[in-house]
Amino acid sequence: MKPFPAADLLVLGVFAVAVLLTVAGALIAVLSTRLIRSVCGLALTCFGLALLYYFLHSPFLALMEILIYVGAICVTIIFAVMLAEPDEAPAQESRGAAFLWGGLALVVSGAVFWALVQLGWGHAWAAPTSRANAGTVHDLGVALLTTYSLAFELISLVLLAAILGALVIAHHGRSKS
Amino acid sequence: MSPNQLCCHRPEVYLALAAFLFAAGVFGLVRRRTLIGMLIAGELIFSAASLNFLTFNRFFVEDPTVGQLMALFIMALAAAEVAIALSIIIAVYRNYRSINAKAVSELSG
Repeated sequence: MKPFPAADLLVLGVFAVAVLLTVAGALIAVLSTRLIRSVCGLALTCFGLALLYYFLHSPFLALMEILIYVGAICVTIIFAVMLAEPDEAPAQESRGAAFLWGGLALVVSGAVFWALVQLGWGHAWAAPTSRANAGTVHDLGVALLTTYSLAFELISLVLLAAILGALVIAHHGRSKS
Repeated sequence: MSPNQLCCHRPEVYLALAAFLFAAGVFGLVRRRTLIGMLIAGELIFSAASLNFLTFNRFFVEDPTVGQLMALFIMALAAAEVAIALSIIIAVYRNYRSINAKAVSELSG
């Protein structure tokens, strides 16, 4: 079968879009002063990550990323932004202090990034000799209900506790005011 | 060009991207002044962890369901964390009329 013309270039282009979305979204999420923009940056990052999950042979996870992160988490944060104060207050600290602490945070996160990249890039990782299964949705379901059934049930308990806790905290605040 | 030479088949690229997400999250966690901004930075760190899990799952693991399930659990935990954190933030906003992290420092004396 003849391969699609310039298939490699197309794949590279889609991959570049995914990386660009992820990086740009993370930068917007961290650097913008308005909270609503940083939520949108988080959503962009999640779209990029979903594309990357396709490249990592996990289409189910890509779907879940969009469903949970963009559909649930970002929307919930937007609700909170609308309920609370929308913007960051202007900085109380002086210009020099802001410069100093910002530079320090930049140096620390840059060092973390550099160290992790060095660790990942320099190491000779060993590829597996065989694959136990293909990692399809069917395999995921089987593993979830056999090997990981206890973790699965515990996660559902955690989610239940989180829902109840959120309800209790929000209700308590309302009755007080 | 053989397909294994493309950069989307190299694990280092994904690892570097996850490291970038983690570093951005740490930077945001330190520099953000509002609680919601810090929460968003924490979400970036969660994403870095699941990207790392899926990278190792794709390239170096014999059973490729392990990393996917771990990333799924991370998503569930992130959702639970966001629900709790946002309700706390709303409660804090009701009491202090602010979501600035500096405002919630009565105990610091």
